[in-house]
Amino acid sequence: MEALDDAAVDGNAIGGLLMEVFGTEMTTATGICASCGAVSQVAELAVYRPGLGTVARCRSCDAVLMVFVRIREVTCVDLMGLASLT
Amino acid sequence: MEGTAVRGRLTWQTATVRAVTDETPKVRTLTLEVPDWPGHRAGQHVDIRLTADDGYQAERAYSIASAPGEPLALTVERLDDGEVSPYLTEDLRPGDVLEVRGPVGGYFVWEPATGGPLLLAAGGSGVVPLRAILRERSQAGSTVPVRLLYSSRSWEDVIYQTELDVPMDGVQVIHTLTRSQPPMWKGYARRVDAKMLAEVAWTAADGPLAYVCGPTNFVESVAAGLVGLGYPAGRVKTERFGATGQ
Repeated sequence: MEALDDAAVDGNAIGGLLMEVFGTEMTTATGICASCGAVSQVAELAVYRPGLGTVARCRSCDAVLMVFVRIREVTCVDLMGLASLT
Repeated sequence: MEGTAVRGRLTWQTATVRAVTDETPKVRTLTLEVPDWPGHRAGQHVDIRLTADDGYQAERAYSIASAPGEPLALTVERLDDGEVSPYLTEDLRPGDVLEVRGPVGGYFVWEPATGGPLLLAAGGSGVVPLRAILRERSQAGSTVPVRLLYSSRSWEDVIYQTELDVPMDGVQVIHTLTRSQPPMWKGYARRVDAKMLAEVAWTAADGPLAYVCGPTNFVESVAAGLVGLGYPAGRVKTERFGATGQ
C-alpha cells in the first residue's frame, strides 16, 4: 500500500455526504473492492475532491470505488467499483 | 451491491455563534448553539456550509472540539488560501449564524467503554478531535492511561496550550516542535519518526488503541510507524485532513 499524499483525505471527510445519500452512518461500513477484493472500512478509503465531485479509491489497488457528483440539488452516485457495501 | 435502509435524513440546521476564542494566531474556537442538537460523541465532526450572495456554496468538515454534553465547539485553523476557514476565523462574531449538519462519523470515535491504553497522535489542528476525547475521558472519570504525542510547528502554534499544560491524572503530553523551538527547549524538535514513536508509544504488548489525526502525510507516516512497531492495523484509527498545516 503506497502512502497517500496531501491531495487525498479519507472516508471520514465524506461521512456527511454518505449520510445524506444512505440515510445512515456509513464511515464504519465495510466495502469490498470489485477489482482486487480488498476489504476496508469506508473511513479508511482514499478520498479525492477535485471540485466537480468526490471520488473514493481502494487503498490496495487504487481502483475507483465510489463517485459522487452533485448537479443542482441532486447527488448522483456511482458505486460500480464496489463488490459490496455493508 | 446490497441496499442500505434509509432511516433519518441528515439536515442542515442554523447554528448561532455564542463565543469566539483565539487559540493561536491562526486558530480559533467557535462555540455554537444549535437548537435541538442531538448530542455528539468524542471524535465526531460536523459539516459547515457557507452560501455566497450569488448562491455559490462551499462545504467543509470540522472536528468537534468539545466533549459530549458540552456546548458544541469547533476549533478551526485558518488556511490562507481557504474558501471557508478565513471567514470562520476572521469574520464571524458572536450572534452570527451559519449552517451546520451533524454530528457525523462513527469510525474515529472514542467512548469510555472503548478502553485503551490510548496513544493519541496529532499533527497541528489534528489535535481537535483528540482534545474532545481527552475531555470525555476526564468527564466520564475514565482511568484509561493516555499518551498524547502532539506535533506543532512552533510553541506559539500549540492549540489548547494552557489546557494541555494542566497535569491530568494518567495523561502524558509529549510535544514535538518541528520548525522552531523556544530557548532552552528540551523536548523533541523534529517531525515524528519511527525512533520517536518507539520512545513515546505504548508497546504493542500493552494492547494499545491509537487515534492519529492531522495532515495526510503526517497520518500516513505515523500510522505506518505504529504498524511497524507491531500495532495491528485495525487498532490504529486514522483521520486525514489533506494539506492543512502541521
